[in-house]
Amino acid sequence: MNIHEYQGKQIMSDFGVPVPKGFVAYSVDEAVEAAKKLDSSVTVVKAQIHAGGRGKAGGVKIAKNLDEVRTYADEILGKTLVTHQTGPEGKEVKRLLIEEGCDIKSEYYVGLVLDRATSKVTMMASEEGGTEIEEVAEKTPEKIFKEVIDPVTGMTPYQARRLAFNINIPKEAVGKAVKFMLGLYDVFVQKDCSIAEINPLVTTGDGNVLALDSKLNFDDNALYRQKDIADLRDFDEEDPKEVEASNFDLSYIALDGNIGCMVNGAGLAMATMDTIKHYSGDPANFLDVGGGATTEKVTEAFKIILSDDNVKGIFVNIFGGIMKCDIIAEGVVEATKQIGLTLPLVVRLEGTNVEAGKKILDESGLNITSADSMANGAQKIVELVK
Amino acid sequence: MSVYINKDTKVIVQGITGSTALFHTKQMVEYGTQIVGGVTPGKGGTEVEGIPVFNTVSEAVEKTGANASVIYVPAPFAADAIMEATDAELDLAICITEHIPVLDMVKVKRFMEGKKTRLVGPNCPGVITPDECKIGIMPGYIHKKGHVGVVSRSGTLTYEAVHQLSEAGLGQSTAVGIGGDPVNGTDFIDVLKAFNEDSDTEAVIMIGEIGGTAEEEAAEWVKANMSKPVVGFIGGRTAPPGKRMGHAGAIISGGKGTADEKIRVMNECGIEVAETPSVMGETLIDVLKKENLYEKCKTH
Repeated sequence: MNIHEYQGKQIMSDFGVPVPKGFVAYSVDEAVEAAKKLDSSVTVVKAQIHAGGRGKAGGVKIAKNLDEVRTYADEILGKTLVTHQTGPEGKEVKRLLIEEGCDIKSEYYVGLVLDRATSKVTMMASEEGGTEIEEVAEKTPEKIFKEVIDPVTGMTPYQARRLAFNINIPKEAVGKAVKFMLGLYDVFVQKDCSIAEINPLVTTGDGNVLALDSKLNFDDNALYRQKDIADLRDFDEEDPKEVEASNFDLSYIALDGNIGCMVNGAGLAMATMDTIKHYSGDPANFLDVGGGATTEKVTEAFKIILSDDNVKGIFVNIFGGIMKCDIIAEGVVEATKQIGLTLPLVVRLEGTNVEAGKKILDESGLNITSADSMANGAQKIVELVK
Repeated sequence: MSVYINKDTKVIVQGITGSTALFHTKQMVEYGTQIVGGVTPGKGGTEVEGIPVFNTVSEAVEKTGANASVIYVPAPFAADAIMEATDAELDLAICITEHIPVLDMVKVKRFMEGKKTRLVGPNCPGVITPDECKIGIMPGYIHKKGHVGVVSRSGTLTYEAVHQLSEAGLGQSTAVGIGGDPVNGTDFIDVLKAFNEDSDTEAVIMIGEIGGTAEEEAAEWVKANMSKPVVGFIGGRTAPPGKRMGHAGAIISGGKGTADEKIRVMNECGIEVAETPSVMGETLIDVLKKENLYEKCKTH
């Protein structure tokens, strides 16, 4: 799960990680009020959307007085920002972060991720702050330093010190940088982050170390024990169909094509998309109904697929293991009855309780094209939506 | 021979009284797996389906002589269940549970360092040695005894591969689902090593997906060490970057972990990769024929 920059900064601040002073604003008047409270010689007006690259897209402005705060807030609120992370349709700005400006001396990068190769949390740091870390990794990999963290001890001060010296933080600021890094690690493990990225981390003219930006992502599987984080979820930032799906514990991702897919298992769901593409079709979504699906869940899955107007046909591809084919079949029958399905529907069933599942479909009297393999089903649905 | 499990494997079921666990326990018993006990804290001394239930894993092991465990415990408690199985010095713990917080697994991995127990999973379908022992949630009837090893990050794609093999008359030595999470117990290389050393395995199908670099590392290992042919498939060629495709581990991030890159490295390392999931079986058959192993692998 993603949150906004201002929310991330609040969490970091709660853990003693220094951030510039700032307030969230939902309107131009609130923005001006916030700037008044900050009473700073320079105020930064920052668009709050769940995507990077906001600066380049015109979503970050420096204001020298309250009039400029008003002008920029008015300009950015309601604007649709298109960045390399939003996709071509962009994202509408509904919130602003009004923040005090600071006297930046140098910019750095600090990030925490899970390193899959070692199965441990790893802190990465670089003196190439402000640029995309992927770009640094590609062009000057020698400028990225890593510390692998033992979960028993947590991040140790010597590791943080080594990173700070390696990225050439001035020695009078190293103590503050160490405190910053240790605090960020605490945020990561105590709040179940999947990514904590500070780009840039800055040193200032008055000798401080601050997070100028904050990107915190959280492990969806841990939200049950992070209620305060779960409450920060901004539904405006998500595809409504994906939100609806997640309410029913379905894993759904919207795509651009016209063939709706309902599959069990993430691997098979991906492979089904690949197979449809192979036969020159275009999948409208990725949908994994998971292992514990009930008839109600399958019905909801159908409704979500059909709420996409681009969908011209549906391919159900099930290989039952933990998922039983008769449950899927009942769901398909129930859903088509409720919705009155008029689109072509191809169903391929295999695995646990397959005979019971096929019987339910056969006896339903519904217009269902059955397929005997994934390839066969993909070919049939591609043909039917032409 | 086979890999990890065989007809002598004695299994306990952690979380046996849950409805999913109970359903699959019955299926395992029906398949012929020796399910010798179950564990549900607080229900010790009772029986389900004629199987004795214990309060703790160590008690279950002591009373039944079990050497393997299958874990169906809900996600918030699953990490603890894996550590309990490790502490009881079982040879094998297979964790079916999905949605375990990844930082829990980081701790579990650290806890298991230097200890005896092998973990398979979490978020996996389990392990099966056809006609001998089935531990997990896979549909037993699609499997056939034979000489092809199967290893996969995806449950349902494992079934797909096994089904194609069995239909083509190619049985399996053992099929291992290693799971779709970013931190797991057993990786591709562990299983490939085991298949390489297993006298019953003549060839291997390895099924990966987008995210991470486990397939690339496995391919390099195959090139350097494997004496048996390996064919592969990678799911998610058409997956958009930055989106988690269901599995916690299946995500293309920072341009890393794409299917095309994995396929490129696998090809370079001499692994034939199936163009679509529907031709995993055919791709293997072609390779077996080239290597003069087809007749040996064909189940008569």
